[in-house]
Amino acid sequence: MKFGVVVFPGSNCEHDAYYVLKKVLSAEVFYIWHKETSLRLFDAIILPGGFSYGDYLRAGAVARFSPVMKEIVEYAKDGGPVLGICNGFQILLEAGLLPGALIANAGLRFLCQDVFLKVGSTDSAFTKTYTEGQVLKMPIAHYHGNYFADEEVLKCLQDEDRIAFQYSSAEGDISEQYNPNGSKLNIAGIFNENKNVLGMMPHPERAAEKILSSEDGLGIFKSLLENN
Amino acid sequence: MKNNKEPEVNLELAIQHGLNEEEWLKILDILGRKPNYTELGVFSVMWSEHCSYKNSIAMIKTLPRSGSRLLVGAGEENAGLVDIGDGLAIAFKIESHNHPSALEPFQGAATGVGGILRDVFTMGARPIASLNSLRFGPLSVPRNRYLFDEVVKGIAHYGNCMGVPTVGGEVYFDECYTGNPLVNAMTIGLVKHDRVTSAISKGVGNTVMIVGSSTGRDGIHGATFASVELSEESEEKRSSVQVGDPFTEKLLLEATLELARKNYLIGIQDMGAAGIACSSSEMSAKGESGMILNLNKVPMREPDMTPYEIMLSESQERMLVVIRRGFEKEVKKIFEKWDLNCVEIGEVTSSASLELFMNGKKVGALPAWDLVLGGGAPVYERETKKPAYIKTVRSKNLKNIPEPNDYNAALLKVISVPSIADKSWIYHQYDHTVRTNTAVPPGGSAAVIRIKGTKKAIASATDGNGRYTYLNPRRGGAIAVAESARNVVCTGAKPIAITNCLNFGNPYDPEIYYQFKEAILGMGEACRVFNTPVTGGNVSFYNESPKGAIYPTPVVGMVGLIEDVNHITTSYFKNDGDFIVMLGTLKGELGGSEYLKVTHNLVAGDAPAIDLPFEKRVHNACLESIRNGIVNSAIDISDGGLAVALAEACIGNPEKSLGASVYISRKLRDDEIFFGESQSVIILSISEHSLLKMEQIAAKNIVPCFTIGRVKDNGRLKLNESVDLSLDDIKSAYENTIPEIMKLAL
Repeated sequence: MKFGVVVFPGSNCEHDAYYVLKKVLSAEVFYIWHKETSLRLFDAIILPGGFSYGDYLRAGAVARFSPVMKEIVEYAKDGGPVLGICNGFQILLEAGLLPGALIANAGLRFLCQDVFLKVGSTDSAFTKTYTEGQVLKMPIAHYHGNYFADEEVLKCLQDEDRIAFQYSSAEGDISEQYNPNGSKLNIAGIFNENKNVLGMMPHPERAAEKILSSEDGLGIFKSLLENN
Repeated sequence: MKNNKEPEVNLELAIQHGLNEEEWLKILDILGRKPNYTELGVFSVMWSEHCSYKNSIAMIKTLPRSGSRLLVGAGEENAGLVDIGDGLAIAFKIESHNHPSALEPFQGAATGVGGILRDVFTMGARPIASLNSLRFGPLSVPRNRYLFDEVVKGIAHYGNCMGVPTVGGEVYFDECYTGNPLVNAMTIGLVKHDRVTSAISKGVGNTVMIVGSSTGRDGIHGATFASVELSEESEEKRSSVQVGDPFTEKLLLEATLELARKNYLIGIQDMGAAGIACSSSEMSAKGESGMILNLNKVPMREPDMTPYEIMLSESQERMLVVIRRGFEKEVKKIFEKWDLNCVEIGEVTSSASLELFMNGKKVGALPAWDLVLGGGAPVYERETKKPAYIKTVRSKNLKNIPEPNDYNAALLKVISVPSIADKSWIYHQYDHTVRTNTAVPPGGSAAVIRIKGTKKAIASATDGNGRYTYLNPRRGGAIAVAESARNVVCTGAKPIAITNCLNFGNPYDPEIYYQFKEAILGMGEACRVFNTPVTGGNVSFYNESPKGAIYPTPVVGMVGLIEDVNHITTSYFKNDGDFIVMLGTLKGELGGSEYLKVTHNLVAGDAPAIDLPFEKRVHNACLESIRNGIVNSAIDISDGGLAVALAEACIGNPEKSLGASVYISRKLRDDEIFFGESQSVIILSISEHSLLKMEQIAAKNIVPCFTIGRVKDNGRLKLNESVDLSLDDIKSAYENTIPEIMKLAL
């Protein structure tokens, strides 16, 4: 199983994703420079967090024109698993691989804190090691994490079981008071139609070791490893 | 700007540039002629307080600056370098960006962070954590709320984009900082011993390159501007404040670290204050060489820039690089990969002088050594005079102040002042978890960063108490070191070295210089006792607004080493029934306390007493008990005293608050016990079966050790018969203050 972690100018979580895969899970992992145009070697692709192109214009809006993105769109269409974390999620939206948009947090401030997430669908290459309704703890760190989509898209996401994670209480209660950024339906992560693309704002790679106070994020990477 | 006639150079122009007559004569003497306009500009910035440390360096040299762990000492490079074993070292430094932040708080703070990051990665070290130390006027004043809000956003903007976690800091609010806020930024970097780079230029014929951003007219005379008091006219100097681009800096970071691995790299220095003038002269002076600089080759952001402007520009995100001749293509390849400028602008010569050319025409020649600190830059030791106010404030009899009728109300009041209250509103805006090393996040005594690939971790804290230093400059300096050391000790770390940022008023005022001198002597005494040398830092004078000088505010950035991550200790109570043990002695000192200020509106008395060898023994006892695995939590007493420390230990647990019942037999008044800010006191929680071991360790270190209470899972904090509060009430007083006030800022 070969993982590829894409590096855009301004990415800053690529080392973290790499470390979890390489050192915590002893998986095979490589960096992919954003000018690369061949992804056939890889069994899963990760778009890490950061500020690609300084988030200038709009988060993810410039990165989606990087040469590698054309390949990633093809890769995803062929069913290859693609995980976008934070800025990676924003890029996936800009590239049209996922529906909706991420707008500025309701509080108009950058937010870095631990949140609780209720697992929505466990029927995916990313979430199958979790149990239905399981509550995870992991950090968020973003300014543009407020998920927005129109009613039609939201209904579609619900009907097709494409909501991966929702912000919740430690007990799994999904209500407005546990919504850190104003996201519609407390959405923290969503899948594409075929569930081989996952975009999420929280950082599973920052919750993958005991010393970082949570290991709940490991399940995503373990799920991907189990695909093989 | 075409045909821009250069003004005539004379004494008057030199004075306008911030030089005095004596310095003007010295320049004439050095050159053996009158400088031209460009040369005068370079001398004026290089000899400004900001670059030359002319009024501080003599005193700073009295600080201990050596130790077995120091690989690079203070002033030798851009940041100090400390060995942490395993072939690794940490580079770290703190620097002020006070004046820019007073005028343009967002960019001022952002570029402060950018500057200190460059200081660290120019040494080949990857930044692994940032901290800060901030001071503002009271938040009741709208302008202060604006400054506070924008400074926090500016720090977040730069640090978050760089992917360097901002893991700790401190902030205080006091009238004396109205009009002159303090923004001190610190960064810690990690580097393998064999990857350390140097800010040196040598080897005749080697190539000088400029890399990173283009050069614009921004920030010209920033260094000079930082070397005068803020006044009504300062607003006109907003253009002296640089504009930061953290995205470009992130690219520069990655490219620089790639370059640092190459053996054709001779030297590299970032451009901060005084831009090319400073980097070229310092690198040349260090290598005892000279440099030809073709200024027209510098990539420029604006047309028709003059040699004067190019030399003095403080455009951000640039570096000067010297490489072995013949490797230009290799260097360009690295920087092109990261879409950055990389241009040859000159070569190293044997002349010991900077020779400046513009389109082939010589436009200046300056001896490098004469420009720089440690070379020909002026050194002054100013007059001192013990300030008259000290006698008045210290003579106030604090025994006569009325005791509170309601101690519950008094505690809630103290815990809800912005200086004491919960700071999560601030650090939630900073990405403090990126890089996946943050073992203890902001909010505790000190932040802890684990070092991947080792069993080790680094603890770090910033501390400084302007009020103590105002009342007793020497003690204030010593306490800043002692408290920061105590903070890292509470996490299980041995203090290993400090960086300092010395924020004072105008050094030409003998009373201010007295504060400065005494504070440094105090810091030096403390550093010697704790064996924590000063690896470098920054002096910021002229922190005055039209209303007067700030409190003298020396800030210490302490770094401690934890040998085994299993020893990492946090500050909050963990277990119902644990015993609460106090190391050290409460002396009931209310002088300079937050309580005195909040409830009696008094800044009076003396700063708390500090017995440095005793403090060191307390550290040893605490560390020994932590390493024996018997400590469940550790927190020191500081601002707000015992009551605040206990309240924080009760509500600090992110999973569940735990109550406490504490009884201390009275020889003192309850307010003296609860709110006095006695030094060298640490509060531990330990299980019953470890009590005996704890007492043995304390006895061995000759430190008093008392059991003062128990942790109780009853949701209440009880102190003697005076305080009995629900933790919910404490939590809401503590947590709501800053968010409530700052709702008004938007």
